[in-house]
Amino acid sequence: MAEAIARGKLIPPYLLSTPALLLYCALLLTPMLMTFLLSFNSFDLYTGIKPDYSLANYLEVIQDKYFHVIFLRTFGMALVVTLICALLGAPEAYILNRMANPWKSLFLLAVLGPLLISVVVRTLGWALLFGKEGAINQTLMGLGLVDEPVKLIFTSTGVVIALVHVLVPFMVISVWASLQKLDPATERAGLSLGASQFTVLRRVVVPQVMPGVLSGSLIVFALTASAFATPAILGGRRLKVVATTAYDEYLNTLNWPLGAAIAILLLVANVIIITSYNRVIEKKYAEAFG
Amino acid sequence: MSKNGPIALIFHTAFIVFMLAPLVVVCLVAFTSKGYISMPTEGFSLRWFRAILENPDFIDAFLMSLYLAIVSASIALAISVPASLAIARHRFPGRAAFTAFFLSPLMIPHVVLGVSFLRFFTEVGLSGTFIGLALSHVIIIMPYALRLVLASVTGLSRDAESAAVSLGASNWTVFRRITLPLIVPGIAGGWVLAFITSFDELTMTVFVASPSTITLPVRMYNHITETIDPLIASLSAALIFVTVIFMVILDRLYGLDKLLVGRGN
Repeated sequence: MAEAIARGKLIPPYLLSTPALLLYCALLLTPMLMTFLLSFNSFDLYTGIKPDYSLANYLEVIQDKYFHVIFLRTFGMALVVTLICALLGAPEAYILNRMANPWKSLFLLAVLGPLLISVVVRTLGWALLFGKEGAINQTLMGLGLVDEPVKLIFTSTGVVIALVHVLVPFMVISVWASLQKLDPATERAGLSLGASQFTVLRRVVVPQVMPGVLSGSLIVFALTASAFATPAILGGRRLKVVATTAYDEYLNTLNWPLGAAIAILLLVANVIIITSYNRVIEKKYAEAFG
Repeated sequence: MSKNGPIALIFHTAFIVFMLAPLVVVCLVAFTSKGYISMPTEGFSLRWFRAILENPDFIDAFLMSLYLAIVSASIALAISVPASLAIARHRFPGRAAFTAFFLSPLMIPHVVLGVSFLRFFTEVGLSGTFIGLALSHVIIIMPYALRLVLASVTGLSRDAESAAVSLGASNWTVFRRITLPLIVPGIAGGWVLAFITSFDELTMTVFVASPSTITLPVRMYNHITETIDPLIASLSAALIFVTVIFMVILDRLYGLDKLLVGRGN
């Protein structure tokens, strides 16, 4: 009977996928292709975009030190943010998982809830905290730890702190998901066989949640590398990242071809990093379990 | 369930303070009675909440975001349901490629989508229109909608459908009377996640929105880049209050972790 449905009576899968396929071809494939072509055009301040094709925009980005700094800053920040998120998010997920209800669900809500709140709002919170008169400096000076206000706004430290806040829930949820699959009996078995709490953590828990940490890292890295709102608000003009640079080329300088080339490079870098990361991890796990 | 030690609890407390501090600060500053950013040391005032209502720009942007999120989430779901049925229930050549293609917007930085849509809409004459904005949002939220619907279709038993077919029900009747009611939780969850993602989207929208289709996040972003005042804090606080209420309802209905796992991976 089930086969009969699958073969004859149900609408063929291609027909069911047609609306989505049409939409994606018209609104994803075409715009991406147009942007790719646009990135080879040239731009003139007086006449605008010229329909000729060359690698000039890419060469400009690859040769200009100004762009090197921006790309290095972006991916360096992504690396640091990912590391901090892993170091904070993974233990927090583990601690949350060991709590009893109602605390467990309450704190899970507190950690994951901010994901539903606009990034603009969360970044505004950090802008308020970072100010000269902000809570952080008031506390530090009140405790006598510093004599004059610490500069956090318009610094990469500030941007990194805010990005960790914005993205760490993704790490917590990723590790949380892999903790749900972990059998608590394995931990108890380790303890009953005389292992210390630390040994159980290191030899039993960490290896089992590692896939969660790794997939969480990938999400955090990719999202940091393409973050816009947080670096734009807290970094300003002086601390440009790739996304804000593309924005400026498009909407301020109006040099769309150069902006398109920057965007394409960001996309390519992201895709290369994601796929090679996946490949390395798959290989590692194939060795471990193969 | 073993207990957390004191170090774990200290770490946990610090973590929660870190997560909530910026939101709490926004909410406190929102109640200031002064004309500049400050803590409400001299009593709480609703002055800046009243100021939101006197600011039609923000109200219009809020309504635009609401309308946009409802329209684009509904379109995304209408397209995701048949696509999910195809992917979850059939083995056909190109199935893996279709799935990857439908989830691909997750891999593309929003700034890249933004520049691409801007170019595309300018070329085809849709720049600055609501329909262009809505379609671009559909692309961005499709993967979230698709994933939750797909999860609910994948776990579905075929027995009831087989019974209906053997009793002579047509394809459409089977879908409407059996399949659809069974996957309603997935559809509703997908719609909510799609709605929230659309409502909060900034990076792509900043390129595509025109003065007549400006959304709330774009309006707020533009405001913050010019000035940070108590008005923007009170608006943010209002958004936080609404989101928290929404969040508690969602958590009761679905479990926030289940809904958001779809967003992360």
